[in-house]
Amino acid sequence: MSKILVVAEHGNGTVRKATLTTLQMARDLAAKKGSSIDIAVLGHGVGGVAEALKGYGAETIHVADHADLAYPLAPTWAKVIADIAQAADADVVAMSASTTGKDILPRVAARLEAGMASDVVAVVDTDDGPGFRRPMWAGALLADVVIDSDVWVVTARGSAFDAAAATGGSSDIEAFAADPAAAASRTRFVKFDATASDRPSLDEADVVVAGGRGLKSAEGFSQVMEPLADAFGAAIGASRAAVDDGYAPNDYQIGQTGKVVAPQLYVAVAISGAIQHLAGMKNSKVIVAINTRDDEPIHKIADYSLKADAFTAVPELVEKLAARG
Amino acid sequence: MKILVTAKRVTDPNAKLVINDDGNWIDDDVEYILNPFCENAIEAALQLAEAGDDVETVAIGIGDDEVQRFIRQGALARGVDRGIWVEAEEAELDSDGIARILKAVVEKEEPDLVLLGKQAVDGDSNQVAQLLAEMLGWPQATFASDVTIEGNEAIVTREVDGGLETLAIGMPCVVSADLRLNDPRYASLAGIMKAKKKEMDEYEPDDLDIDDLDPKVRVVAMHEPAGRSAGVAVADVDELIAKLATEARVI
Ligand SMILES: Cc1cc2nc3c(=O)[nH]c(=O)nc-3n(C[C@H](O)[C@H](O)[C@H](O)COP(=O)(O)OP(=O)(O)OC[C@H]3O[C@@H](n4cnc5c(N)ncnc54)[C@H](O)[C@@H]3O)c2cc1C
Ligand SMILES: Nc1ncnc2c1ncn2[C@@H]1O[C@H](COP(=O)(O)O)[C@@H](O)[C@H]1O
Repeated sequence: MSKILVVAEHGNGTVRKATLTTLQMARDLAAKKGSSIDIAVLGHGVGGVAEALKGYGAETIHVADHADLAYPLAPTWAKVIADIAQAADADVVAMSASTTGKDILPRVAARLEAGMASDVVAVVDTDDGPGFRRPMWAGALLADVVIDSDVWVVTARGSAFDAAAATGGSSDIEAFAADPAAAASRTRFVKFDATASDRPSLDEADVVVAGGRGLKSAEGFSQVMEPLADAFGAAIGASRAAVDDGYAPNDYQIGQTGKVVAPQLYVAVAISGAIQHLAGMKNSKVIVAINTRDDEPIHKIADYSLKADAFTAVPELVEKLAARG
Repeated sequence: MKILVTAKRVTDPNAKLVINDDGNWIDDDVEYILNPFCENAIEAALQLAEAGDDVETVAIGIGDDEVQRFIRQGALARGVDRGIWVEAEEAELDSDGIARILKAVVEKEEPDLVLLGKQAVDGDSNQVAQLLAEMLGWPQATFASDVTIEGNEAIVTREVDGGLETLAIGMPCVVSADLRLNDPRYASLAGIMKAKKKEMDEYEPDDLDIDDLDPKVRVVAMHEPAGRSAGVAVADVDELIAKLATEARVI
């Protein structure tokens, strides 16, 4: 019988939303393929993560707890994921299309001689059975793909799936005797410089406010965007131009080559809306554009366009939102 | 040291792609460019060559004979020493097939470092570098925004969710370039002239003893995404707040 292995993402002992959106993709696929679902939890000291995932309808949660898996290095994680998939006889391996999933899962595909569909946004029926829909050309076209190999490897775009809800019941938790050592050669972790932020993460926020090159400097960016984010309880994003010019950290970038978000509300401030930027936010529920011009590509998709200087309009917006209480 | 770097052509991101009756995109009249991420990879190779002693750089492109132009103009004219063209019907290959071809070329050339783009902006798969690294059993550092060589290691800063990660990976290894790795140079006139005489090896997959290139992933249909239409212009901040509260109901 078909079995989908979902690889969990977690941090500081808690399950990331990316795990649940991938789980939802797996449920969609399971419904078409008649599969059961297992979960793999890799890391060190991750018993709590496995416990937290018990009520989501997985048959078995495989826990690979090992000091050498504490940090997700691609060669070691890929080996252990592939080992679990083989031991559990899984014919689908899925993980989120986060930078971690993108880094690791192709190596899993190579180990399992599997075809891989990246960054899928839906599970679809095709004449050749269940397949996956995925954006290409920065989302200008959507392709439906089928995988012909025995094992399938998939990464799921977080913003395209709801977080799977708990279903009750209780999965079996099984320790997996991981042997990462064989793959561990020649990769040394040096450091991680985290982007400091107390705000919700871009993939989990209901509101995203994003700033562009029109904010002119790092000071301009923070002076305009920070109070706006405070007012909405929002995550902050940026265009590539704003990141390239050093106004915002790299992991704020939204777009084809950055993060893809689909919040309830997206406020684009001083962003023109190049196709590569739109690829990362055009599925947001409500889009607001604040721009000194009214004829930019962003205006073709914005629900509400305010033609105004961000340096005066945004502070006014912040003040008036605060006044509403 | 030897560096192998990729030159892949992609459709111009600004081209309007249309779907024909067969459900595939029409490529008549579409302009092609060098994949932007390959430009970053090529620039990185050139900078490492300039910083080191005795570094040979080799560019590889896989595809039909048009690809040769991108190897010459995109890589050799900028300063890469020589080219390799593997003739193949790119549309019939998936990332796995591209990685298999690259693996065979790596085994022939024995580079210390393979530099690729993190993704091809046509298929947006973001797989080939990682597939290649696993097929070779080599370490990888994807999404690189900084690469230096220290002794026998590449020290690579990676753009990842949540911040910047630094890895030290032993050579031989695979690195995939992100856009902030560097600013690709323009080819000089002298470079363009020199490129015409640079060596270009040609292979077909058969010459490389590759047994299986059947794609594992097949596109069965293409769709245009549901369009989103323009909304309304609001006159001022008050009207914006009113719309957000009563019409959109998001505040
Ligand atoms: C391979 C590739 C991948 C890419 N990936 C991405 C990606 O992932 N994400 C991304 O965002 N881009 C990406 N880009 C870049 C993209 O093509 C655009 O260059 C970029 O999005 C432009 O950013 P911007 O809108 O901030 O700047 P600009 O296009 O310069 O727009 C600035 C805007 O600010 C407005 N403005 C100026 N002053 C003010 C003011 N005082 N108040 C209000 N408005 C003002 C202007 O009218 C203008 O609309 C990519 C490009 C390539 C080639
Ligand atoms: N036909 C090709 N020729 C040379 N390099 C390629 C080719 N296709 C993909 N690549 C390389 O693989 C990278 C990732 O591609 P992809 O996994 O398809 O997004 C690209 O940025 C290129 O460096």
